[in-house]
Amino acid sequence: MKQWIAFWTILGKDTRSYYLKPPNISWGLLFPLAWTGMFFIRSGSGLGDIVSLLPGVVTVAILFGTTSVLAVTVTFEKKGRTFERLLLAPISLELLMLAKTSGAILFGIANAAVPVVMAAFFADLSHVAWGIAVPAVVLMAIASTFLGLFIAVSVSEVFEAQTFSNFFRFPMIFLCGLFFPIAKLPIVVRPLSYLFPVTYGADVLHAAFGAENTMPLGLDFALLGVFCAVLFALSLHNIRRRWIA
Amino acid sequence: MAASTTSRSTTGLDLDIAIRVEGLSKLYGDVQAVDGVDFAVRRGELFGFLGPNGAGKTSTLNMLTGLARLDAGTISIDGIDCTRNPKAAQHLIGVVPDESNLYPELTGFENLCFCAALYGMRRREREARARELLAQFGLAEAADRGFGGYSRGMKRKLTIAAGIIHDPPILFLDEPTTGIDVAGARQIRQLIAGLHDAGTTIFLTTHYIEEAERLCERIAFIVRGRIVRTDAVAELMQPTRDRHVLLFAVSSSDAGIVEALAEACPGCRVAGAGPGRIRVEADAPILIAPLVRLLEEHGVEVTEARQVRPSLEDVFVEVTGIEAGAMQKDKEKGGKGGGAA
Repeated sequence: MKQWIAFWTILGKDTRSYYLKPPNISWGLLFPLAWTGMFFIRSGSGLGDIVSLLPGVVTVAILFGTTSVLAVTVTFEKKGRTFERLLLAPISLELLMLAKTSGAILFGIANAAVPVVMAAFFADLSHVAWGIAVPAVVLMAIASTFLGLFIAVSVSEVFEAQTFSNFFRFPMIFLCGLFFPIAKLPIVVRPLSYLFPVTYGADVLHAAFGAENTMPLGLDFALLGVFCAVLFALSLHNIRRRWIA
Repeated sequence: MAASTTSRSTTGLDLDIAIRVEGLSKLYGDVQAVDGVDFAVRRGELFGFLGPNGAGKTSTLNMLTGLARLDAGTISIDGIDCTRNPKAAQHLIGVVPDESNLYPELTGFENLCFCAALYGMRRREREARARELLAQFGLAEAADRGFGGYSRGMKRKLTIAAGIIHDPPILFLDEPTTGIDVAGARQIRQLIAGLHDAGTTIFLTTHYIEEAERLCERIAFIVRGRIVRTDAVAELMQPTRDRHVLLFAVSSSDAGIVEALAEACPGCRVAGAGPGRIRVEADAPILIAPLVRLLEEHGVEVTEARQVRPSLEDVFVEVTGIEAGAMQKDKEKGGKGGGAA
């Protein structure tokens, strides 16, 4: 019980200090809107086709929303020694890091909702398979957040967190099957696509929004779950190795 | 060492030992930061860990509080073996680091409430405790101001308050007065003394010798990662009790003058003590007048001659071989004034 008081307090404080700050709200709203608009103009299709763009913009909104804030805030707290205060608290490292990441997960899910809500004004979303879209969004938000955490605990400086984030994010966007089908990528690049969690999330979202998925959905969900577990475990390992050295 | 005489329960646990450390070692790269450190702190004791910068004080403290892994040795806090699981005793300890680790964007009150919640305190309980501590530390008026705008002394006091928010029986204080002005340092020392009087076991690291002498009951001297002596302050000072020291303020303290004084005062140890100062030390009372006359005969003007009480600094220099000047440089690096007030 006592550990959960700490959990909710950390989550509440992070939400107020980071995720509900005007710059992050505007980032969370404007970024998905800009991506949706960009994709829409580029596709040259009518408003009815906006649904086909949703898997891409939802994925990008989650990926950038989660990694951008978390990677910076955790690095910033480590640098400012406030993270030390958390490490001194009598709560397990696992629960502490879940508290630190839950805000980013919720922020990512909220980001994902922006283009969907916007699309609802212009297109019929009644055929969307929400039963698989929502779990996919949640799992992608968790995997992306843990990727952000992994980045944050692998660097020392705030600027390194941003640079290192881009090292992962941009290849992911272009190789996860959103812009080009994976089957059409050069054969030497193709294996890389399967190393990214968003590849599996995007595949589920394609299916959810009426396009064709390339892998069995069960496998997509299972691999997303594996990415979540592995990234979280690697991040905890890095914290123990680098920050409690 | 006194700790070895403490009683043990039938289960082998020390009943009156709050912190026990055996063979503690830590290696950072090629640097042996802590090298086989042993000590025990009794319940309710104010234990000082004294050494120059880089001696291994903070490394030891980080291992004790779970912020660093130990390479060798054992740590027991309140009878709980924390060697493998440093989280096991974190609910029993409060930690005040050498630099503030509170959130600049939160107010003083919010910071204390946040820290209280980390220990599982419920809202009403943590708000009442936060208000109590803000009043006790003279910060009530600044309670709703952002911590980032606090002065250095106020930040230090709030960091101490955050360290004791959950009323821990054991408190670790790392260089609590470093960088604080004289008045602030005095106030912080009074707060520490108050906590000690209330029964809190305090582990205090410092490089301010006077501070350790004033506050601590027992002191461990640590140099280059090793403890060179642990004892009660009274015991440490014992050899200096019958020592008599005179300090002369003179117009010249060159080697010739020092030598002449040494010849004229058999049994005395005479040495320069910085520019324009000569220190004369003996195991029997020293007559001032003949020495002043001798100095004047050598054309040296004496502006002051006073008897000084041998200090813990003298003991530290004797035991560790580290010149007081080196500690003084540490003080200057650390900030203005804190320890000397």
